[in-house]
Amino acid sequence: MKISRMKLNLAAMLASMVLGIIVAACAGGTPEPVVSAPEEAAPAQEAMSTLQTVMDRGYLICVGNASAPGFGFQQEDGSFAGFDTDYCRAIAAAVFGDSEKFEIRPATASERFTVLAAGEGDVLIRNTTNTMSRDTDLGGNFAPTTFYDGQGIMVRVEDGINSLEDLEGGSVCVATGTTTELNLADVMAARGIDYTPVVFETNDETITAYEEGRCDAMTTDKSGLVGRRANLQDPSAHIILDETLSKEPLGPMVRHGDDQWYDLVKWVVNATFLAEELGVTSANADSMMGSSDPNIQRLLGVTGEFGSFIGVSNDWGYNVITQVGNYGEIYDRNLGPDTSYHIPRGLNNSWVNGGLIYAPPIR
Amino acid sequence: MPSPPFLCNSFQPAPLTPRSAVTPQAPPEIRPPFWRDERIIGWISQLVTLGVIVGILYFLWYNMVTELRVQRDTTFTYRWINFEAGFDISESLIDYDRARTYGRAIVVGILNTLQVAVLGIVFSTVIGMVMGILRQSTNYLVRGLATAYVEVFRNIPLVILLIFWYQAIFLKLPRLKEAVTLPGPIFISIRGVAVPWGTPTDSWGSFLISVLIGLALAIGLGIYLKALRDRTGRRIEITLICAGSWLVWSTASWFVLPQPLTLTQPYLDGLRVSGGHVFSPEFMSVLSALSIYTSAYVAENVRGGIMAVPRGQYEASGSLGLTRLQAMRLVILPQALRVIIPPMVSIYLSMIKNSSLAVAIGYPDFFHTTAITTLNQTGRAIEIFLLLMGIYLLFSLITSLILNIYNRRVQLVER
Repeated sequence: MKISRMKLNLAAMLASMVLGIIVAACAGGTPEPVVSAPEEAAPAQEAMSTLQTVMDRGYLICVGNASAPGFGFQQEDGSFAGFDTDYCRAIAAAVFGDSEKFEIRPATASERFTVLAAGEGDVLIRNTTNTMSRDTDLGGNFAPTTFYDGQGIMVRVEDGINSLEDLEGGSVCVATGTTTELNLADVMAARGIDYTPVVFETNDETITAYEEGRCDAMTTDKSGLVGRRANLQDPSAHIILDETLSKEPLGPMVRHGDDQWYDLVKWVVNATFLAEELGVTSANADSMMGSSDPNIQRLLGVTGEFGSFIGVSNDWGYNVITQVGNYGEIYDRNLGPDTSYHIPRGLNNSWVNGGLIYAPPIR
Repeated sequence: MPSPPFLCNSFQPAPLTPRSAVTPQAPPEIRPPFWRDERIIGWISQLVTLGVIVGILYFLWYNMVTELRVQRDTTFTYRWINFEAGFDISESLIDYDRARTYGRAIVVGILNTLQVAVLGIVFSTVIGMVMGILRQSTNYLVRGLATAYVEVFRNIPLVILLIFWYQAIFLKLPRLKEAVTLPGPIFISIRGVAVPWGTPTDSWGSFLISVLIGLALAIGLGIYLKALRDRTGRRIEITLICAGSWLVWSTASWFVLPQPLTLTQPYLDGLRVSGGHVFSPEFMSVLSALSIYTSAYVAENVRGGIMAVPRGQYEASGSLGLTRLQAMRLVILPQALRVIIPPMVSIYLSMIKNSSLAVAIGYPDFFHTTAITTLNQTGRAIEIFLLLMGIYLLFSLITSLILNIYNRRVQLVER
């Protein structure tokens, strides 16, 4: 496919060169329009499914983040950790039965989709907001939302700002290149608040300018604000307003065109949701194997052939839960009360506890 | 009739020998076969080169269009320029808000770049001139300080200067509530420097037109006075008279017209300063860093120009009874300018291009609004970078053109 296109291009180039010479040689003759471009063959089907590629390779490659505290970041020993990274481990556990058979390909916000599309990774798990244009025009498919985020505003406690309206006339530091900048402009216009955006290229520059006092407020996704605040000189001097400026459902994304792989990623995520709902944890999964609840039996692969439906072994659910944990465990390990971020579960509670985390049944 | 120039000596007719009795006549032109004819070979090689270049360009274009269609399912287009931008910009010389188009946002950026570039050229030229002349001072301390200035600022990368000015100076100013207030009032704080500012009224346009008419009249007067001086040989201070009369004309029209500008004074208004004009920390950092960095180059250039004037010229001026200042103004600088102007073009061009580094501190210049924000929102990388290159090229060509015209005027003085 690639080779044939290259050949066509070469042929076109040669043809145009020859033509150019001929045209120029007959001085005075008007140049003909350049040779019509050869019709491009429709993109052929992928030679190998993503799952097969991953299995042949022997490990999974996730396009991830290297600098989002709590979500995806590199530790001092060079390994990756975080909420998103754990989902990468979960997929590896389902495919190989070994949650360590994965690699993170770090990507910036603007290059992540290109990296996924170019096949440099098998799945994109990098606090990526599910939006219509990404789901359609950018050629992606989103697995269930793993984190319901929203854009928040951080201000200094001493300024006494309690709502967006109190920011009238103020300056807001914001990083460019994301939906954040547009959401801010939309919300401020909708509420008629006059403000000055101070726009930087990266989040690091943005937080520095905010900390120096250039702006009255700083905005990005709440999950990001929490991580950034924890790293400020005096975290208690800053608060995050209750208001949420936008919906930012974050979830894993795969390429269009491989339904089997999409199903697999989707059901790995669903399995972590179901495990929390059913009370299955990494600690009690072994004893739960003997449970009489058919839902738990199907989740852990005691009964049914559900693994074969997604192309992996039938104990895939068991592997995911024992090696990585259920949704609640993943959340608490990375963002919970014992971490320095301590993001309240809120919308990210299981539906049985009044949140939005809900998975269809395995049957 | 001169014989047509031949491309190669070997084809020239053999020179007539004195022994030959035949009367000299033009030899019949013998053309070698075309594959040995240098003219035709030259043509062919040029055509081949042209063909290769066209072929490569076509290959690149074809490759781009194909990949765009196959990978992104899109085409090369500038239609997005008329779409709603959706983002806000911190400072703008023209009306702008999120509901305007991407095109408007790009224009805002272009104007911000021009603002910094034009002011930067003025400041760096003035500072550079002064420093360049001071480096020639006979006073050791003055000379040493000027040398230190040039050597320090010329040898620090511009990005570092920018970040230094921004984070170490303007972001360390007091917070708005504790703003330093100078008489005027002028407020200096981390939000910038707020100064009283004139707001144009209805008669502002007429005032500008009047000033332009005055300029035309002053130039006319100058031409007349020059003719008069050349005819009569009388000593006339043309520049002084023309500039003076223009100034008088402009001042008069200021008072005749009903208040072209009204003065508004800044005052603290909650989280911001209202009224007057606020120079943002980003703008001032870019302007300071660019002016200082570039002025070091200007200073060296000026020094070089002055040193290019032979020592004898100073001594000759002195022996004619000119003071040092007069010698500098009447004898040395006019000659030095011929050396100074051509490299000055390059210095100004670098300065305009260097202004794109402003992105490092969040000043919304052309590069920032276009290559960063607009590109991120539209994803139109190829179109945007072609636009960027085209417009920066245009800036540079216009600057070159203006300075080359000036250069030609200065050079005409040459004997």
